[in-house]
Amino acid sequence: MATLETVAFVLLATLAVVSALMVVFHRSPVISALSLAFNLVSIAGFYLFLNAQFIALLQVIVYAGAIMVLVLFVIMLLSITTEQGLHRSGRVQRVAAPLLSAACAGVLVFAVARGSEGEAFVVSSADFGTVRQVGLELFSTYFYAFEAISLLLVVAMIGAVLLAKKRL
Amino acid sequence: MAPQSMLILSALLFAIGVFGVLWNRGAITILMCVELMLNAANLAFITFARQFDQADGQIYVFFIMTLAAAEAAVGLAIVIALFRLRESTDVDELNLLKW
Amino acid sequence: MLKLIWLIPLLPVVGVILNGLFGRRLPLKIVGTIACTTVLLAFGLSVGAVMNLAALPENARHFETDVATWLPLGEMVTGSELNIAWGFGLDPLSAVLLLVVTGVGLLIHIYSVGYMQHERDYARFFTYLNLFMAMMLLLVLGNNLLVLFVGWEGVGLCSYLLIGFYYDQPFDKRTGLSCADAGRKAFIVNRIGDFAFLIGMLYLALEFGTLKFSELNVALAGHHTPGWLLTGIGVLLFFGACGKSAQIPLFVWLPDAMAGPTPVSALIHAATMVTAGVYMVCRMSALYAGTPEAMAVIAAVGAGTALFAATMGITATDIKKVLAYSTVSQLGFMFAAVGVGAYVAAIFHLMTHAFFKALLFLGAGSVIHGLHGQQDIRKMGGLRAKMPQTFLTFFIAMLAIAGIPGLAGFFSKDEILAGAWNGNKIVWGVLSFAALITAFYMMRLTWLVFFGKYRGDEKTWSKAHESPALMTVPLMVLAGLSIAGGYIGVPAVMSGWVGLGDVNILHHWLAPAITEAGGHGAAAAHGAAAAHDAGMETMLILIATVVAVLGLALAWMMYRKDGVAATWAKRFGPVHTMLRNLYWVDEFYELVILRPFYAISRVFAGFDRWIVDGLVNATGVTADIGGQVLKYFQTGLVRNYALMFLFGVLVILYYVVRAVAV
Repeated sequence: MATLETVAFVLLATLAVVSALMVVFHRSPVISALSLAFNLVSIAGFYLFLNAQFIALLQVIVYAGAIMVLVLFVIMLLSITTEQGLHRSGRVQRVAAPLLSAACAGVLVFAVARGSEGEAFVVSSADFGTVRQVGLELFSTYFYAFEAISLLLVVAMIGAVLLAKKRL
Repeated sequence: MAPQSMLILSALLFAIGVFGVLWNRGAITILMCVELMLNAANLAFITFARQFDQADGQIYVFFIMTLAAAEAAVGLAIVIALFRLRESTDVDELNLLKW
Repeated sequence: MLKLIWLIPLLPVVGVILNGLFGRRLPLKIVGTIACTTVLLAFGLSVGAVMNLAALPENARHFETDVATWLPLGEMVTGSELNIAWGFGLDPLSAVLLLVVTGVGLLIHIYSVGYMQHERDYARFFTYLNLFMAMMLLLVLGNNLLVLFVGWEGVGLCSYLLIGFYYDQPFDKRTGLSCADAGRKAFIVNRIGDFAFLIGMLYLALEFGTLKFSELNVALAGHHTPGWLLTGIGVLLFFGACGKSAQIPLFVWLPDAMAGPTPVSALIHAATMVTAGVYMVCRMSALYAGTPEAMAVIAAVGAGTALFAATMGITATDIKKVLAYSTVSQLGFMFAAVGVGAYVAAIFHLMTHAFFKALLFLGAGSVIHGLHGQQDIRKMGGLRAKMPQTFLTFFIAMLAIAGIPGLAGFFSKDEILAGAWNGNKIVWGVLSFAALITAFYMMRLTWLVFFGKYRGDEKTWSKAHESPALMTVPLMVLAGLSIAGGYIGVPAVMSGWVGLGDVNILHHWLAPAITEAGGHGAAAAHGAAAAHDAGMETMLILIATVVAVLGLALAWMMYRKDGVAATWAKRFGPVHTMLRNLYWVDEFYELVILRPFYAISRVFAGFDRWIVDGLVNATGVTADIGGQVLKYFQTGLVRNYALMFLFGVLVILYYVVRAVAV
């Protein structure tokens, strides 16, 4: 029964997969970055599907908005144009990479298939995915982790600045 | 729409990301493929959060996103530093630790 | 003081520790003082303990104390319990040995202070000497066979250390033996005997469930063990004694043991260590009482060795080697005495032999010291003018060993001969002949060294001098003992001549401690011996005296004029060569035992080198080659590493998923 849900899902899924493939295969790094941004937005769409509004928002703002911009900046800064295909890592790499990736996919799908029986989603509570719910959890149960991660951000910031300097 | 399909999609995206890491030579492209993998994991987390109607999965995604940001920043800084050394972002240039 | 006998072996250990750790930095006087003081204290303690023992009634003169448990082995196959302790005991037998060891040991320590003055490694010498004393005292005072064996091995070790003292000096130019080789030879030959000793001990432990002497004596008196077992054990233990006391076939180490400094030869290879075998056999008299076959073996070996070794002394030219053969010969006398059942005579001779043999060796040392290292008697002569005290004491000792009446050796040797006559007339004959030869070669030695014309070079003669008091005083003391020491064992017959009755103190003292053949105890046999034909005994004494005088006279006749001896040597050419080459015993052992042994050793050495080492090397080579192969995995390329990473992850993931999913 092709409901609106299913259609939307298939559409979004296709978008996600295609953009992912573009990220991997396209020669130009700029196009790769833009495809990744597209992919991230489609993932945000999925989050909306699953009623996780806050996270969807965060995805767009932080991931697609900040991180991808940073990546694009660096690409522009380094003036990287095109990438060649692999040749130096050897024939083994050329053969093994697709195989192992396929195996990876296979194992994970196998796990998923074995693990669940295709039930539908439960009806979520009204509270699910709201800022309120996330905020409450974050600042009570995961309080220390929150503090730690803010510290980590500071460290990362300092680290990034130091690493990229021309002269220390 | 079942959790299964979401999870399979997540698995697929993850595998594509893995392939991208192994296949590409440009450092930045590899970083982007790593972001792909992280996103696939995020998708799985949210799916399970929805499945069990809990906020924990979303919290995890929150943290993962933060971490990804930090990691991207530092990783790109390293790429810049290496670019200064080797005049290219080709990871095959970084082969001094061979036998 | 009796309760403190465990302290006696421990006192020299103090000297070992002090001199061993600090001796090199201390002045020579201090080192010597430490060494001598510990032995002096041990001697004092021994005297006190023996006096305490003597205060006890005659048939209760034994004292034991177990200081600590050593091997609580518990239940054995035979059902009995075997517990071995660090036990010490004192009874009349060990009392005699104790006084001899500490007394003569003390004198030799004092002598060594003077003798070793100009030698290197002064502190090391005294460390080893004190260690030897400790081990010997352990041997004498142990109240069970295993403690005795510890001391037994310990003195063997010290013998090795002290013989090889000048470890890098060559010793025998003829055979190319170095002093270290001589030490090794002594130790290894000893070990062969010790092997037999151990097996005998194990049989004893199995059969009787104990190794304590007091318990063994009780068990053996029970007459329950089969004769063949007793004989076997007896022969095995005796073989061990052969190694330690240099009897045939294990005597070959003693002549080469002369490589060590002369005080070592005096202490270890004359007075104490070599007598350990005699002591051990006397200790086990209860065992030998039940096996006349083993006693016959002992008597035969003893008598044979006595004669055999004496003949080798006739032609030897090194002053110390003559004395070495003499020691082997006299030990043969002691064992022959044991073999015919005259235990008291054997111990008596052990005691007097300690006196005059130590004196002879120390005197020889004095001569060597005065001649600055000359040991060849062909280069000596007329030294009595230059070294009067040494000469006097040496002469007294020579008379004692020859058996001239009035001196210590006469009484002890006579008692052995009397016992031999009563036991086995053949043994008596062999021993008498050996006594004749003994008198002969001792006179030969004395004459060639001290009388006649000096045959060496002028420079040595002009520098020849008498030894310092530190060396001559012990000589005097020992000379006094060689004269007076015999009077504690005057046989009843002789005391009868002067109307004194039985004053044989030594006999009375030792009798309760020894089980005579037939198991009746020495006391009864002693009484029976007294009933022996007094006339026969007097005749034997006369014969012995004649033999001694004859031997001296023969030697005097042969050597007082130059050339006489050489003529006789030529006349008996082949015999002379055989004696000069010591019956080629060493060469025989080399051919028959050592060469095959070396061949076998080479096989095992090859095994060790090719197979054992090969295995170890193969492991290394494998690791090396493995590395050579595996290094190609390290391409340095990140993507390859990521690949391998992924592979590992997938493997784990697969197994996890398989395990978890239904």
